[in-house]
Formats: sequence, structure tokens, C-alpha cells
Amino acid sequence: MKKKLIASPYLVWMVVFIVVPIIMVGYFAFTDPEGRFTLDYIAEVGQYTNIFVRSIWLAAIATVICLIIGYPCAFILSKMSKRHQGTMLMIVMLPMWMNFLLRTYAWMTLLGNNGIINTLLGYIGLGPYKMLNTQGAVVLGMVYNYLPYMILPLFSVMVKIDNMLLEAAQDLGCNSKKVLFKVVFPLSLPGVMSGITMVFVPAISTFIISRMLGGGSNLLIGDLIEMQFLGNSYNPNLGAGISLVLMVIILFIMTIMNQFDSSDEDRVLV
Amino acid sequence: MKKTVSLIYALVLLVMSTGCHYQRLSEGEDIEIQALSVEDTEYYTRFKDEKIAINVYNWGEYISDGSDGLLDINSEFTNLTGIEVNYSTYATNEELYAKLKGGGSEYDIIIPSDYMISRMIKEEMLLPLNYENIPNFKNIMDRFRNMSYDEENLYSVPYTWGTVGIIYDNTAISIPEEEMDWSLLWEEEYKDQILMFDNPRDAFAIAQVLLGYSMNTENEKELKAAAEKLKEQKSLVQSYVMDEIFDKMGAGEAVLAPYYAGDALTLMDEYDHLSFVVPKSGTNMFIDAMCIPYCAKQKEAAEMYINFMCEADCAYATTSYIGYSTPNSAAFDMLDDETKENKVSYPDEDYLENSTTVYVNLSDEANLTMQRLWTDMKSTEEEGTNKWLVPVFLLVCVLSSIGILIRRYIKNKKDLY
Repeated sequence: MKKKLIASPYLVWMVVFIVVPIIMVGYFAFTDPEGRFTLDYIAEVGQYTNIFVRSIWLAAIATVICLIIGYPCAFILSKMSKRHQGTMLMIVMLPMWMNFLLRTYAWMTLLGNNGIINTLLGYIGLGPYKMLNTQGAVVLGMVYNYLPYMILPLFSVMVKIDNMLLEAAQDLGCNSKKVLFKVVFPLSLPGVMSGITMVFVPAISTFIISRMLGGGSNLLIGDLIEMQFLGNSYNPNLGAGISLVLMVIILFIMTIMNQFDSSDEDRVLV
Repeated sequence: MKKTVSLIYALVLLVMSTGCHYQRLSEGEDIEIQALSVEDTEYYTRFKDEKIAINVYNWGEYISDGSDGLLDINSEFTNLTGIEVNYSTYATNEELYAKLKGGGSEYDIIIPSDYMISRMIKEEMLLPLNYENIPNFKNIMDRFRNMSYDEENLYSVPYTWGTVGIIYDNTAISIPEEEMDWSLLWEEEYKDQILMFDNPRDAFAIAQVLLGYSMNTENEKELKAAAEKLKEQKSLVQSYVMDEIFDKMGAGEAVLAPYYAGDALTLMDEYDHLSFVVPKSGTNMFIDAMCIPYCAKQKEAAEMYINFMCEADCAYATTSYIGYSTPNSAAFDMLDDETKENKVSYPDEDYLENSTTVYVNLSDEANLTMQRLWTDMKSTEEEGTNKWLVPVFLLVCVLSSIGILIRRYIKNKKDLY
């Protein structure tokens, strides 16, 4: 009873700010401006398939890159001495102290045609390369902004892996490669899963990164949704429809991911 | 006794400071401090002791804030009338619309543009003004009364106006100004150096002028043709931006961009390598006007604010600070000759009459069509990469599903032992 009482503020918070908005999104998605039931807006989302595919594709690439960079980074971090760990963790989180928009804006001046990178390349006779306003720049922005969200959950799982397990594996004749793939990786899978979720979900729905680094010609779902609310045609119903479809897609992808997760966790437990 | 002396001293100081025209040294040069004089001081004292406040919702960087020796309009208004001003800003007409439409807001003054005004009038989102409370409406030039978006001039008092033109890097482009036209934005030569409006209405208008259509067309065929024209341009465009044009043109990232005259003048003041031209073939003339939305709580005080904005001194401060042209004849007379004769800010009447169009609101249907064409234009890829994107995505989905099944199968087999 007491426990429930303590949790009640959070419960109220959840209901007011999470459940109610989702219900409202659902309501808007299935009604027209007069409040009548309609499936038109959901059907209309079909027109934007290529935007959906592009968003998923770019977010997936960004997630994979984050994982490839973040995994060894988190592993090295977890094996460091406690004193260095604190400093290194702070360095990982340091960019997050700065405003998100400002950091993305900084990339614009770095990547531009007259930007710092192209100017430096110019001194050694290369370029200028077109880097800004490309899909590559969008992926870069996603990786840069969401990398800490990959490293931190990975780190918190890895740091809990008992060193004795690794030693036992080596005692029983595993080489270092086998230790990594048979022991460390399965044990860190929950971290991988939450890392992937925490990078993929914000990456797929971002709009400001694609606007600033993609030059406005690489529309993502986030841009599309924003256009329905703040664009020329004020169309909250379609916006809600797109949001709902996006939520379902994310839910689907996450379920697939969790399949991997649970089956492996079972094995670890057995 | 001491108190009275200091009080008198303070009063004397106050009187002196308000009477002074020249004061304050800054960076070794005299800055003229603008002093406020209003026509009818009596009128502004109506709410003096009532402690009310009005909420003003305006564009960003769109009011004189007291820098450069110009008036700080909001605080002057509070000093004069005792009415507090809560000032906030928005970035686009659509944002303003969404905010008002969403309900729950309590703005007393808004400053939308032409087409948004006609849309709001149509949707009964504006209150008719009581012109008895706005005697300074007489300062508004005849040319800017009864405009097409508000034909009987019941709802809006013009604040600023301007035209759209091309801002270009004069070190990279050496075509004489007379020959410049919107087609410059479609030149292969400047591939990846062109910026374009990230706003369907303005972008479509440019294509429509080029194709010889009206900017207010609702004809689906014409809209489609304009969208095709914009698609042609897409491979040449570096990026679709709005306010970033400021930074990108300044830094030399791009050489060509369409832009609003007022902002372009501000940019040209700062950078010598930029020039601005308003194409002969025609352009959009925009007017931003003060209106009172239906959610206003202090209508009379809001009208007082509008009247205050139409005071010659205030309108002068506004136009000098933001660089947009003024529709206020009294303020126009105060400008120096150089500004008055600047053809960018104040084009010939002949040109305004024959070659510029003011936007009016389009029907919901036309708006939707435009929005859809715009999204379509922006989301199609030039290289056609989407051909293999979909199959790859499907393949990944199928493979991962198969992977799950195989894993399960193996796991179940293992458990058997």
C-alpha cells in the first residue's frame, strides 16, 4: 500500500502526459476535422512510403554505426580503473551539456562548402567536397548526437559483468575471441538492446537534424509531421495519422529486436 | 526637508532627460537619441491607473528595441500609458495560426501577413477594429488601405511592407541587374550555390511568376506545372532554408537566394559582396498588419497599442530598425532622402501597381494541393535510390524474421537434451 502511494505521483504523471496524449493522437488520426470517424488520414499516409523508408533506413544506418563505435568504447571504458572511468564518462557526456541545436548548428559551419573541413582540405589541395546537405551529413548528425545514448547503457551493463566469468572462460580454454563472443557479448545483450532502442527511436523521428544538415531536401518523417502542424496546410489529423503509423512501425521493429533479446536471456539464465 | 529637495532634484533631472535630444557618447561618435512625441497625450492616459497588461505576439526581430538610439517601443508605451506589454515572438505565419487555432492563448495583438489575415478573417479569428480608438490611422498611406486581403479595411492596420527579390554575390555573378530575372535561380552554372525558400507559398510564387501564372492561382494544372518547375530546380539547389539565408549568404556559402527586401538591406549593410535586385518580371509584395485576434481580453488597450505604433516616431523607429518599408506617410517623411529614393525599399508606384501581387488566402483545397505537391517535390530523390531502398528494407525484415525462427528452433533442440 505504501509503495503504491509513493508511486502515485509518477502514475499521475504517466496518465496525464503519456497516456492521454497517445489517446488524443489516436482520436485525431481516426477522425476528420468535424469529429466523424474516418480512415482517410491513415490511408493517406501510404503516399509517403518513400519518406518512411528513408527515415527507417537512415536511422538504422545511424544505429549500426553507433553500435560499432559505441561497443568497443563501452568495453574499454568498463575495463578502466575507477578513477579514469569517471573522467572518460564525463568526456562522453560532455557534448550533452551543450544545447542540442547549437551542436547541430556547429556541424553546419564545419561541413559547409566554405567550412572549416573544406578550408583545411583546400590547403593540401583537395576538395571542396560537398558534405553538407547530403544524407551522409544527416546520418553523421544522428550518430554524433545519439552516440552517448548507445555508450551509456552498454557501459552500465558491461561494468556489471563479473571479471571471474571471463577468467573462468579462459581457464576452460577459450581464446580472447571466444571470450568476447561467447561470454561478453551475450551478457551485454540487454545493454545492446536498450542502446539500440535509445538511438533508433529518437533518430527515426528527428526533424531538426535533417532540416539543418540535410538542407531541407532529405525529408524525414519528423519533418513531415512537423509540416502538418506548422506548415502551410494546418492538418493535425494527417499529422496524427502519420505519428500513429510511425508508432506502430517502431513498436513492430522493437518487438522483433526483443525476440532476439529474450531468447538469449533465457539461455543465459539456463 | 532633505527629501523634498532630492525629490525636486529628481524631477528636474527627469524633465531634462526627456527634453534632451543629444546625449550619450558611444565608441567616440554621437548617437542621436530619438525622443518620443505623441499627438494626443490625453488619449493615452485612459488606462493609467488600471494596471492592465496586453499580450503582443510579433515576428522575431520585428520591433525597435531601443538600440542604435531608436525608441524602445514597448517600454515607451508602458511609460506613456501604464499598460504592461508582454511581448513574445513567432517565426512563421503558420506557427501563429496553429497557436491561435489550438486555443488557450490570450493574445491581444498579432501581426500576420496578408494571406494569413484573409484566412483568419474568413475563419472569424479576428475582431473588427474600432477606428475611433485609432486616430493615427490617418497616417497610413492610401495605397495601403483596403488591400485585397481585407477589402473594407475592417480588421487590420498595416505595419510594414516589402517585396521579394534576389540577393546575390556580386563577386560571382556579373550579369547587369536589368537582365536578372527569376530564371537565374534555375541556371545550371550555379549548381549547389543556390538557396531556395523552405516555404511552399513563397517557392511556388517564384515558379508561378516564371511560368506567367498568377501567384494566387488555385488552378490545379497551374499548381502542378509550378511544382514541376520546382522539381527541375531541385538538383541545383544547395538547401531549402528560411532565416538561414542570412548566415549562408553572409558567409559566402551560396551565391544566389530569393529574399525579402528589408532583410536583404540589413545584410547588404554588413557585407559588401552582396547585392539585391527585384526582378522586373514581377514579384510578391507582402504586407504585415496589426490585428486583434478573437481571444483578445483587452481590446481597447490593444487598439491604443496599434494607435501608438502608428505614431510617426514609432513607425519611424520601426522602419529604421528592421529595414522593412513603412506604410506610414508621417514616418516616411521623417526618413532621409537616401532611403526615400532607394528603389529597393520604395519601388516606383508604376512597378508596384503593375508588377507586384499581394497574396490572398487560397481555398483549403488549393492549400492542400500545394502542400502535397511541395512534400512530393521535396521527398523525391534525383538519383532514384528509392528503387532499391524498399526491397532492401523488406529483405532485412524478412531475414530478421527468419533469423528469429532459426534461433528459436536451435534453442528448442538444445533444450531437448
